[in-house]
Amino acid sequence: MPSGGDELVKQHLGSPSDLSRLARAVESTSAPEAGPGTAPEAGLGAGTGAVVQARGLTKRFGDFTAVDSVDFDIQAGEAFGFLGPNGAGKTSTMRMIACLSPVSGGTLRVLGLDPMRDGSRIRSRIGLVPQDDTLDLELTVRDNLYLYGRYFGLPKRQLRERVDQLLEFARLTERADDRVDPLSGGMRRRLTIARALVSSPDLVILDEPTTGLDPQARHLLWDRLYRLKREGVTLVITTHYMDEAEQLCDRLVVMDAGRIAASGSPRELIEQWSTREVVELRFEAEGHETHGRTLADLAERVEVLPDRLLLYTDEGDATLDAVRSRGKSPIAALVRRSTLEDVFLHLTGRSLVD
Amino acid sequence: MPLALRAYQYSLLAYRRTWRGSLTTTFLYPVLYLAAIGVGLGHLIDHGSRQAVEGVPYIWFLAPGLLAGTAMQIGTNESTFPVMAGIKWLKTYFAMLATPLEVTDVLYGHLLWIVTRVALASGVFLAVMTAFHTVPSAWAAAAFPAAVLTGAAFAAPVMAFSATQETDQSFIMLFRFVIVPLFLFSGTFFPVTQLPGWLQVVARCTPLYQGVSLCRALVLGRLEGWYDLGHAGYLVLMLVAGVLAARATYRRRLVQ
Repeated sequence: MPSGGDELVKQHLGSPSDLSRLARAVESTSAPEAGPGTAPEAGLGAGTGAVVQARGLTKRFGDFTAVDSVDFDIQAGEAFGFLGPNGAGKTSTMRMIACLSPVSGGTLRVLGLDPMRDGSRIRSRIGLVPQDDTLDLELTVRDNLYLYGRYFGLPKRQLRERVDQLLEFARLTERADDRVDPLSGGMRRRLTIARALVSSPDLVILDEPTTGLDPQARHLLWDRLYRLKREGVTLVITTHYMDEAEQLCDRLVVMDAGRIAASGSPRELIEQWSTREVVELRFEAEGHETHGRTLADLAERVEVLPDRLLLYTDEGDATLDAVRSRGKSPIAALVRRSTLEDVFLHLTGRSLVD
Repeated sequence: MPLALRAYQYSLLAYRRTWRGSLTTTFLYPVLYLAAIGVGLGHLIDHGSRQAVEGVPYIWFLAPGLLAGTAMQIGTNESTFPVMAGIKWLKTYFAMLATPLEVTDVLYGHLLWIVTRVALASGVFLAVMTAFHTVPSAWAAAAFPAAVLTGAAFAAPVMAFSATQETDQSFIMLFRFVIVPLFLFSGTFFPVTQLPGWLQVVARCTPLYQGVSLCRALVLGRLEGWYDLGHAGYLVLMLVAGVLAARATYRRRLVQ
């Protein structure tokens, strides 16, 4: 069992710059020996730099296997992504890491500890941004942050200061004393992220942080996550948006049907599993299958989607010229760089968001 | 601070925001019931006698029954919709479980809060009873823990039940077919001896009957030793069984 706030604050690993002043002040009162620079290594698994280590990790619900024997390591300070469609097993994996869901098989170590035995201790060092915000809509923005901090046993006076800093970080200072209920989705999400940071966690887990947000809200959120990353906080992110994964993640695994289909940095994945460029062609209805067959020799690989044809090639413009020189006239044509979506298509034969 | 108290703190702070809504049930109802039924109806029943019902004025008989009945109602109320809010509507339970708190902390914290609410209401009710001059015995002070025990004995098993529910439909059934009949027929408003023979036996076996009898014995200073301990034992057992059941249903619902 964690002894209370002092221990938690001591474990502070790094936080957005406007928070670190406070954090340092707190550290100087409660743990003068633990400087901010030395904190990341503290308390990690003996002999390994991995914050999270999974081997043969499995999650079953009755007969259904949601996560099917996956292996991965998440290193301190990196932003690690789980990419995959709905039902791929991302959230189940996440919930096991956050010690919310018991492991059905394999081994899992989080911050060097065993989730089955030390769940409470591990959670005291994790910040979770769940898919559904679990905010108390009837309470104010400030109260939500304050109460959450109290769950971690943070002392009241320090907590009040911390809450002010977090409100600033989440750009919610002006709404601090409003109830959560009327807040927009983006604001609630920022509040949930701020809430996850209240205990200065070593590891922040974000389950689909921007699902359902408009582009502006997403970019603001991404900016906040960059800032966390810069401060050295380890981020674990699940998403079914490839742009999000490409933007935020240093490394990621592509999950499909409970298994890991591929892993690496976004660039590595694209290099390994796709070509440099993609030609997207749209023809009049129905014809895509036939067109795909007749154009197959012009590209390394062809994907036929219901609404378009994808030609994988290293020279997009040349390939498009070749298509046109065969007398094909698509109603729309586009040359673009490969993305993670193409990787996913290649690995699973399915589009990511469906 | 024990982790359960951190969960308790949530309810405490949330109540500071929503206490106004509970004013009627906690403060106004005791006065209304005692005035309307105790004084108004009691006047007709007593017919000028000071010993109309079981040797005391009707309002003396009624007040401890209402005390126990109110404790039951608040204990049950607070264990239904707020539990559903914790699980589904506001998901406050899940917010807590992402922190160092364990399922049992969430459960005990909430139960402790419900007991607090029952205690608050029981305290107010006893004060109103005193104002209505229906507290002849100093033993009445002990009716306070008895009422709180009654409320807690209902709260724990109802929490266990609520954690298994998907919608609030069943809560309405619970009130309609369990709580209201118990309130009316457990010796609250009239002695169970007024009931037909077999119903008397049923009434004497109900949990609220234990609470009503215990509170009444204490308020009127008519203790009967083992008999009263039996009532208390019944309620304690119900509380313990309820807590054990709630531990199981909470775990099943919240940890997947």
